[in-house]
Amino acid sequence: MTNALQLDGLVKTYGDGFEALKGIDLHVEEGDFFALLGPNGAGKSTTLGIVCSLVNKTSGRVSVFGNDIDTALSAAKMNLGVVPQEFNFNQFEKVFDIVTTQAGYYGIPLPRARESAERYLRKLGLWDKRDSPARMLSGGMKRRLMIARALVHEPRLLILDEPTAGVDIELRRSMWAFLEDMNRQGTTIILTTHYLEEAEALCRNIAIIDQGRILKHTSKRALLQQLSVETFVLDTDQVVSEAPRLEGFETRLNDEGALEVDVAKSQGMNGVFIRLEQLGIKVISMRTKANRLEELFLRLVEENAREAGSRR
Amino acid sequence: MTPQATLTALNTIVTREVRRFTRIWPQTLLPPAVTMTLYFVIFGNLIGSRIGQMGGYDYMSFIVPGLIMMSVITSSYANVVSSFFSMKFQRSIEELLVSPVPNLVILAGYVAGGMARGLGVGLIVTLLSLGFTKLQIHNLPVMILTVLLTSALFSLGGFINAMLATKFDDISIVPTFVLTPLTYLGGVFYSIQLLPAFWQGVSMVNPILYMVNAFRYGILGVSDVDVRIALGMIFLFIIILSVISLRLLKRGKGIRS
Repeated sequence: MTNALQLDGLVKTYGDGFEALKGIDLHVEEGDFFALLGPNGAGKSTTLGIVCSLVNKTSGRVSVFGNDIDTALSAAKMNLGVVPQEFNFNQFEKVFDIVTTQAGYYGIPLPRARESAERYLRKLGLWDKRDSPARMLSGGMKRRLMIARALVHEPRLLILDEPTAGVDIELRRSMWAFLEDMNRQGTTIILTTHYLEEAEALCRNIAIIDQGRILKHTSKRALLQQLSVETFVLDTDQVVSEAPRLEGFETRLNDEGALEVDVAKSQGMNGVFIRLEQLGIKVISMRTKANRLEELFLRLVEENAREAGSRR
Repeated sequence: MTPQATLTALNTIVTREVRRFTRIWPQTLLPPAVTMTLYFVIFGNLIGSRIGQMGGYDYMSFIVPGLIMMSVITSSYANVVSSFFSMKFQRSIEELLVSPVPNLVILAGYVAGGMARGLGVGLIVTLLSLGFTKLQIHNLPVMILTVLLTSALFSLGGFINAMLATKFDDISIVPTFVLTPLTYLGGVFYSIQLLPAFWQGVSMVNPILYMVNAFRYGILGVSDVDVRIALGMIFLFIIILSVISLRLLKRGKGIRS
């Protein structure tokens, strides 16, 4: 099967000599829901910018569904829909005009463009706002407008750069549901996000990029399996003044006085409950301390920073 | 893209451009109508009646072709430079850059949009001039060809200006310090026969002189320059500016990092 996106040896050096990408190799399979993660300045937006023709590459190859952007740019672009991080539409144009105009750029005749625009504006809850100038929309609506605009020509690959930045939780969840539905219908989705919870909830495969290099490129499941120890926060029925000693487990009290326990994957949770029961402490509720992916992400990025430091 | 799809894309850009300048008509269509009416009243009627004849015609008849041309030039240029730079500024140019529209079609769309406004304003000014003088047409093909080529040329100029501009100041420098002086010194208000020989020579390097005179020839049948040379020069400039525009687009100057 042809990959939806294939990057080989992608290098980007800006005019001031800054090497944003130092030879990226990456592939995203058709139908995948893929996350590209990395700290600020890691090279995520540069990578996606090159794929979307907003940034000129220095060297390397990019192909979208087998269409090389150097030799078949038009075909590559036809397969691509882009939702950028920042609002990039004319704020004075009407919502409906923005979406139909975008369809026109892809050669879709006006009657079909109108049908497609109506379909996506309805799906994204913007049909009532179709005659409003874009500047009158709320932040969440503007994000949904950019998604409708990106989908109006029915692309096979949808790229979203921080799609839920600054969006409230309710809207974020509804956007997740929409994207999951698009993915189920066959659209390949690549997203970058700062909300690692988002990547964990939505994506099947993940790449972590830092300082212009891919640190990890694997399935979410394989990545999470690398997390050997997880920390759980336990709310107990009585206030404890110091962390109880539980044989085989690391324990401590956090800043709020709640009990934290480190549990290795091989140990399981039963031992914790048995030992607490023996001490007469009852657990009321329990949660993981941090997002699991977040822990892994931070660990990988810190390791990379240490290695980069030692190379210097 | 198929030829049909390419045509749809071109039509989309032109439609959007026309929709833009008609939506903000008090900024785009009304000001030249007001300004040119004042020119007709003050220069044509009040002062012109004391000047007498120029080039064998009364002064009002002499300046009307130049004033029409002046409004076509400034409107064509202003439309493209402000529209394209605004798109760069708001980053809505990215809508076009991510799409499969070829660079030639992007350029053609903006130039056609600039021509639409330039010719629209030219038509408004022409209709207004009928309130002050009786227009005759000496050579319709020359008149139409000149106004079409001139509006295309200055639309291209506006496009290059917008590509190179990095701030709003940059899009007003050329119209203020280059376009306006060249237009005023391009024989809109006088025949260069009135100038001393030296200044006549200097005037001959002003490209706008050729456009104004070719258009005046189309209407009145009088010109300070050879009309064939004038049309040839406009055509040559169009080719040069088109090549520069396409090169800037290919490099992504100011629009791709």
